[in-house]
Amino acid sequence: MLSRAAWILMLRKGGRGRREMHSPEAPARGEGKMPPYANWYAQRSYPMPEEPFCTELSAEQQALKEKEKGSWTQLSHAEKVALYRLQYHQTFAEMNRRSNEWKTVMGCVFFFCGFTALLIWWQRVYVYPPKPITLTDEWKAQQLQRMLDMKVNPVHGLASHWDYEKKEWKK
Amino acid sequence: MASEVLAKPQMRGLLARRLRIHMVGAFLVSLGVAALYKFAVAEPRKKAYADFYKNYSPEKDFEEMKKAGIFRSIK
Repeated sequence: MLSRAAWILMLRKGGRGRREMHSPEAPARGEGKMPPYANWYAQRSYPMPEEPFCTELSAEQQALKEKEKGSWTQLSHAEKVALYRLQYHQTFAEMNRRSNEWKTVMGCVFFFCGFTALLIWWQRVYVYPPKPITLTDEWKAQQLQRMLDMKVNPVHGLASHWDYEKKEWKK
Repeated sequence: MASEVLAKPQMRGLLARRLRIHMVGAFLVSLGVAALYKFAVAEPRKKAYADFYKNYSPEKDFEEMKKAGIFRSIK
């Protein structure tokens, strides 16, 4: 799905000419239904639209449609392409083309993550109460000393990394 | 269109072949993972505990803890 901005650009560039040829919508409604709600819109997951792309045909195009009712081997390559373009808005290669939308999406995601970080920082400075006594450095040092005295996890864990003779952490 | 005739591809037994390959593969992978765990995790752990308790004296340990002053009922 293309973003709205990309769609508006596309309609302005190439779509305008084709749009006049096909939609019988009343002009009072502005442009009529936009894709993907238009009846000629197709996508990879919905490849057979309800209506052909061009419904108002010039005389030349109508003649081509008459010729289509006969044997298709009589159609030249250019005529087959013209018939395809009357029936469908885009080829599969065109409708499935990649876009740069992901960059916009990721950019906005990161931007709002950063904004949230600023809010959380403000909250940390102005809202949080002071730390409880058990989280002060002095208390934590005394707690660690007590754990080493009790020889917590002496095989693989905390006390196994402490050298009791030299009274320092093992290298 | 190619002018030379291509070899006829394998038409039958595709699922059976896939199952055979994956059955053997799964067996080997699970054996391998189990062996790896045994020799990389279980055996070193058992050795560490054995080494710790080889020269362990609970009385000495208790005296050290008592001297450090963590007990409430014994000074």
